[in-house]
Amino acid sequence: MKGMTIIVKTISGWVKVLIIMFGIYITLTGHLSPGGGFAGGVILASAYVLLMLAFGKEYAEENLPIPLASKLESVGALLFALVAIMGAISSGSFFVNFLQHKEAHGQALDLISAGTIPYSNLFIGIKVGASLFLVILILSSSQYYSPNRPIDGKEFK
Amino acid sequence: MAIFYILMVFVIIAAIVAVETKNLLSAVICVGAIGFGGSLMFLFLRAPDIAITQVVVEVLGLIILIRATIARDLTFISGDREFFGVVVSLVIIFVIFLAGVKVFETLPDFGTPIFAEAPDAASQTYISEGLQNTGAANIVTSVILDFRAYDTLGEATVLFTAIIGATVILRRKSRKSIEEPDE
Repeated sequence: MKGMTIIVKTISGWVKVLIIMFGIYITLTGHLSPGGGFAGGVILASAYVLLMLAFGKEYAEENLPIPLASKLESVGALLFALVAIMGAISSGSFFVNFLQHKEAHGQALDLISAGTIPYSNLFIGIKVGASLFLVILILSSSQYYSPNRPIDGKEFK
Repeated sequence: MAIFYILMVFVIIAAIVAVETKNLLSAVICVGAIGFGGSLMFLFLRAPDIAITQVVVEVLGLIILIRATIARDLTFISGDREFFGVVVSLVIIFVIFLAGVKVFETLPDFGTPIFAEAPDAASQTYISEGLQNTGAANIVTSVILDFRAYDTLGEATVLFTAIIGATVILRRKSRKSIEEPDE
């Protein structure tokens, strides 16, 4: 799959920036406006799916390799669990919003406010985006595990 | 609360039997027992919505797993036993219909929130104290990432497990060739 025509490639090259910016915005302002980590992660993954459709699978894989995507997914999940455990350490109960009632923390409706909620949104966004990109890449590429390609098997270790 | 612990022991025993048994159909039925025991446990923990979800998922999963386990179609019965089976099925359907009518009589009117009738419900607390307690202007986010963050952790875990399953099943190299490198 070498990708689509030059028109599609040019347009997706412009549009991908807007989609990625929108995904980051939805992820970061999940505590202020509708959205959040799950929705933002899906939008980020859809930007890479657009790249995959327009430029071919190899181009998308060069931009976000499969080992990096699986590492991002695991790191996002671990950091989200770490937020919960930090609440347990600092306040004695799992998932306590331990940053909320500090004096140095921002007011309500600020970008940095609501304690641990923006960080949880960020980590969930990383995790969901990487994992959806990974599963779409693996599911869509029937060529990926064909016997014609060289077998090394090291990417999933 | 004793019946809760009895259910928990029952679920644990069913899980051990499901892992240890050699018969595939017995294992599938034990998995179903785990699911229905779990849904009853959710009901005792006063989470009826999750109990309903659990029951639906268990029924669907049990049907699919039994169809996958039993390769051929079920045999048909005929004669007197067929008549008996039809009568029993109709009686059971009628009893379930009566129970459903009684349940629908207790439901609030369409469009009426349930917590309007219960002033000390948890959802009222979320609405009135969400901004002060969490600082999040979006009340949905304050619920899913602060008040009920356990749910979100569960969803993230489900997604993580699903991705791991897809990655493992669709990988390029089989497990046997990883264990026995012949190159």
